[in-house]
Amino acid sequence: MEDLGIKERWLDQEEDLDRDEEEQEGAPFKELMTINMGPQHPSTHGVLRLIVTLSGEEVIKCIPEIGYLHTGIEKQAETKTYNQALTLTDRTDYLNPLINNMGFVVAVEKLLNITDQIPPRAQVTRVLLCELQRISSHLVWLGTHAMDLGAQSTFLYGMRDREKILDIFEMCSGVRMMTSYIMPGGLYADLPPDFEEAVDSFLKYFKKKWPEYHTLLTKSQLWYERTKNIAVLTPEMALAYGATGACLRASGIKYDVRKMFPYSGYETYDFEVPIGKNGDVYDRFLVRMLEVEQSISIVEQALNKLPGGEWQISDRKIVPPKKWEVATNMESLIHHFKLFTEGFKPLPGEVYSRVESARGELGYFMVSDGSNKPLRMHIRAPSFANLQLMPATLEGKALFADIVAAIGSIDIILGEVDR
Amino acid sequence: MTQTSDESKNNPEVEAIPTEPSLLDLERFPNVRKSDFRAADGTPTFIVPAEEIVDVLRHLRDEGRFTMLEDVTAIDWYPREPRYQVVYNMIALEREKVIRIKVELSGENPTIPTVTNLWPGANWYEREVFDLFGIDFEGHPDMRRIEMPDDWDGHPLRKDYPITGKRRAAVPANWLRLEGRSGPPQTN
Repeated sequence: MEDLGIKERWLDQEEDLDRDEEEQEGAPFKELMTINMGPQHPSTHGVLRLIVTLSGEEVIKCIPEIGYLHTGIEKQAETKTYNQALTLTDRTDYLNPLINNMGFVVAVEKLLNITDQIPPRAQVTRVLLCELQRISSHLVWLGTHAMDLGAQSTFLYGMRDREKILDIFEMCSGVRMMTSYIMPGGLYADLPPDFEEAVDSFLKYFKKKWPEYHTLLTKSQLWYERTKNIAVLTPEMALAYGATGACLRASGIKYDVRKMFPYSGYETYDFEVPIGKNGDVYDRFLVRMLEVEQSISIVEQALNKLPGGEWQISDRKIVPPKKWEVATNMESLIHHFKLFTEGFKPLPGEVYSRVESARGELGYFMVSDGSNKPLRMHIRAPSFANLQLMPATLEGKALFADIVAAIGSIDIILGEVDR
Repeated sequence: MTQTSDESKNNPEVEAIPTEPSLLDLERFPNVRKSDFRAADGTPTFIVPAEEIVDVLRHLRDEGRFTMLEDVTAIDWYPREPRYQVVYNMIALEREKVIRIKVELSGENPTIPTVTNLWPGANWYEREVFDLFGIDFEGHPDMRRIEMPDDWDGHPLRKDYPITGKRRAAVPANWLRLEGRSGPPQTN
């Protein structure tokens, strides 16, 4: 081999590379490659494993494998009284525990037939807290989704503002995340005295900050290119797969549980249901962004009409008596003892309750056989149905990097998918 | 002082919730009957024989416009027979109506036809029912376990499956070997 200088040798290699590319151009990749994405992968939002078959960069097949976070919550609930099973619901979708509580409580109250006895203060507080929870969940979604696609700063701002909402939850229930604050029959405790002031100052702050999120992403050319016409979901497909929440609404179907099957007095609030048109990642993004604005408005309305009075029903067979009553009254002590050792016993029956969680329709199917423990508690998790869509929206239509965008736009929580 | 053990007072009196006019044409499906179990949410509930489930659901989807299958799950009524109930919750978005269909199954290895041909979204729900209850869905394209590991023994949500899981036989302490593995003591 003749002796060439470094520069010549380098140029020689470049020519070789060019020639290889020319040969390959136009010819499809003959070899398929199968790779594992997850279960430990930062962009799968938990322990989701995807088995992806690629032809070059194109996704040929994408098979989600779940079950890595299965904790048997439905089985555990069968061995606990209703009030104990409530604490399990916090742990399913760990980004919106209060809405999980809400779904469970709506189901149990229907079993007990006390839905119309809930005092107005409890109902308004439930709506207020659920909407704050929706905002906080959407902030985490926005942050992680944008970070997956390379926009780091959104995550930092999202976490900063979510922390303020968690402070409000801590004020009410004593914990930031696993609240169990909404209980059958009302609330766990009355709201703290400075609650209204805290929510009011948060709203003032957040309404000023919210437009900044829009400036970061909504009209950015880079964001368009990563999200427009990616993982398109047609309305027919969305219905066939049982998609709910922003995934369904981005495809143009106006289904929101809060409007169609109102619970906890949602029919008295004035809000709109934003819908999309194309059903792609960008539309899902925009629908959620607009949902946050509606949630802010609902929180404001709820704060304005927050009534005083009792926060629990007066039936001491269902809610525990107050501490001073237990200390002064024999009957209350007995009630207290019975409730915490035995719990309450709904009549035999079954119920399927729907609430709108941050991810879609959250259903609780509960069966009572007349004992103090549920015979069956099934959680219809919105992420479970929405995750099923992924192969149908991606296979043969997307590049490998689009998988990350698609996962982020579905907004899955594996704690809820696996239960 | 009132007596706290008065069981009837534990529950408020439940009035009969008026159910809506029949959403399912019972004359067309004579084997379908109304469920007499209390539906606390007022959802009309029907019990369908396993052989007719695909026909009934197709009728509901195409003519009743129940376009969305929300949920498929099961209940184990052990030790009562028929032991299993597979539950389908459906919703008609334009009509704002809901309906619940149940299928009763018995036996150690119950089977039911799949509805994945009608709703591809039923796929994972049926896999979950198979995994946790051991109910087999005939004609399902991918009948594998979904939550539990593939080599798992038993179906956890059955009522005769213990909450602590199936335990191994106890191993005597003097069988424990230094390497950390258990087994009968080795005699060299």
